[in-house]
Amino acid sequence: MIALAIIALLTFAAAISAFVLRNLIHSVLLLVGAWAGIAAFYLWAGAEFVAFAQVLVYVGAVSMVVLFAVLLTRQGATTAPVEFDSLKRGVFGFVVAGGVGGLLVGAILGSPLDVHTAATNPAVSVKELGHLLMGPHAAALLIVGVLLTVALLGAMVIAASDKPEDTP
Amino acid sequence: MSDFLEVIPLVVRDWIVELFPTPLQWLVHHLLTIAVILTFFGLFFAFTTIAERKLLGRLQNRLGPNRAGVPKLSILPFHLKHKLWGLTQPFADAVKALTKEDVIPDAADKVLHFLAPVCIVAFSLLGFAVLPFGRALIPVELDAALLYFFAAGTATELAIFMAGWGSRNKYSLLAAMRALAQLISYELPLILSVVPAVLVVGTLSLREIAEAQGGWIFGFLPHWHVFTPWGFAGFIIFLIAALAESNRSPFDLPEAESELIAGHLTEYSGFKYALFFMAEYFGLTALSGLGVTIFLGGWQAPFAFLEFIPSYLWFMLKLAGMIVFFIWVRGTLLRLRIDQLTRLSWQFLVPLALINLVNGAFWALTPGWSGPMLAVRWAVSAALIVIPFLLLARRLNPGRGPRTYRYA
Repeated sequence: MIALAIIALLTFAAAISAFVLRNLIHSVLLLVGAWAGIAAFYLWAGAEFVAFAQVLVYVGAVSMVVLFAVLLTRQGATTAPVEFDSLKRGVFGFVVAGGVGGLLVGAILGSPLDVHTAATNPAVSVKELGHLLMGPHAAALLIVGVLLTVALLGAMVIAASDKPEDTP
Repeated sequence: MSDFLEVIPLVVRDWIVELFPTPLQWLVHHLLTIAVILTFFGLFFAFTTIAERKLLGRLQNRLGPNRAGVPKLSILPFHLKHKLWGLTQPFADAVKALTKEDVIPDAADKVLHFLAPVCIVAFSLLGFAVLPFGRALIPVELDAALLYFFAAGTATELAIFMAGWGSRNKYSLLAAMRALAQLISYELPLILSVVPAVLVVGTLSLREIAEAQGGWIFGFLPHWHVFTPWGFAGFIIFLIAALAESNRSPFDLPEAESELIAGHLTEYSGFKYALFFMAEYFGLTALSGLGVTIFLGGWQAPFAFLEFIPSYLWFMLKLAGMIVFFIWVRGTLLRLRIDQLTRLSWQFLVPLALINLVNGAFWALTPGWSGPMLAVRWAVSAALIVIPFLLLARRLNPGRGPRTYRYA
C-alpha cells in the first residue's frame, strides 16, 4: 500500500505541476512523468504487459508527437500567457472543469468498492492476453486498427501540400 | 564440472546474500545484481572503446593508442615499464573526462541540461535487466521481456530531446530533431524484424526464445534462428536498424561532427559528454545482446562437443563478435545523407520487415512438414524474402545510380 501511495503521489505531483507550469516543454516532460507513473501503477497492480505497452506508446511515441507539435506550432517563446483572455472564458473554464470533476467524483463514490476482491487478482500471462485479443475481442481490435489507420491517412492528407518550392 | 561452472556466479551471489540478516536479503540480492551488471558492463564499455580505437587504427593503416602504461606508484617497490599495449588508455580517458571543466551555457535550461545525460545513461542500462546472459543467469525474468526491452529503449529519445532543447542552442535543437526523426524511423524496422521470432517461438520471454534455439542436426548444425530464411533476413534488418538506433556509423548523423558540430552534444563538455558516449555504447551492447539472444542462439554453444564451455562465455563471445562487426562496419562504410537514411528505412527496410513477418507466419504454420515437404518449406520461405528483396531493390534503384562528381 505504501508503494501505491508513493506512485499516486508522484503521478499527481507530476500531473499538477504539468498544469501549473507556464513553460510548455517542461509541462510536456512532466506529463510524460505522469504517464510513466501510470505505467508504474499498472506494474504495481500486476499488469506487466499493459505497463510496458503504456511506456512504449505514451512515453515513447505520444510524447514525441506532443513535443513535435509544440515545437512546430509555436514560434519563438515556448511559454504560455499567465492571465485570462477574458472573464467569460475563465468562468466557462471553471464551469466545465467543475462539471467534469463532479461527474468523476460522483462515479467514484457511486461505484461499489470491495477491497476483498483485490487480493485474488489472477496472473494473466501475455500468451493468454494475446489469445483473448485475437479470439473474442478480435473485432474490437480490428475496428480500432482501421480507425487509427484512417486517422493517420486523414492527417497525412491534411498535412501534405505539394508546394513547388519544397521539391528540389 | 561444466554444471558447476554454469551455476558458480549464482553460488557466489547466494553465499554473499547469506551473510546479511534475513529482512535485508532481498535488497542485497537485487543490489548485488545491479552492481555486477554496472561493473561488468562498465568495464566492457571501457575495453570496447580501446578495442574500437585500436581496430579502427588497424583498418586505417595506423597504430591506434599504444602509449598509456601504468603510472609509477610510490607504494610499489618496482615500476612496470611495459606499456601493456596501451590497454590502460580508457582509464586515462576517464580521468581526463572527469577533470575537464564542465561548461553550462548561460541561457541553458539548467535542470534539463543536467538531467539529459543522467536520463540517457539510466535508460540505456535498463535493457540489460532482461537479457539472458547464460542458462541460469537472467537478472530479471519477465513474461514480456521483449516488450520491456523496447519500452526501456524508447525513453532515450526523450533524453536526446532534453539535451537538444535544454542547451538553448538552435543547432543543438535542430540536430536533436533530426536525431529523433532518425530514431523514430528505425524503431519500426527494429521492432518488426524481431516479431517473426516471437511468432515462431510463440512467446515474448527472452529466456524461452533462447531455449527454443537449442539442439543440433547431426550434432553440428545448430537450430539458431539466423540459419532459417526468415531469421537470416530478420537478422540483417535488425543489424541495420540497430546500427541506426545506436547512432553508429554509417548512420551517425545525430552527431555528425564534421557537418553538425556534434549535434545535440554541442553544448556538452567534460563528464556529461562522456556520459552520452557511455550511453551510446551501453545501447549498442544491449541491442547486440538482444540480437544474440533472438537470432544467434543466445547462450547456446554452436557445436555439441563445445557444450562444456559455460553458457555465459558463449554469450559474451557472440556479443564481442557483434561489437567487432559493428566496429568493422564503422571503419569501412561512409556516412549517409539524412534523406538517404530515411528513404532506406521507410521505402526499403519497413516493407521488407513486413514481408518477413508474413514469412515468419508461414514458418510458424508449417512446423510439421518433413521429408520432401521440408525442402518445399525452405524454398517457399526463401522465395518469400528473396523475390521481394530483388523487386524492391530493382524498383528503388533507377535514378539513384552512381553519383557523378562534377568538380572532384
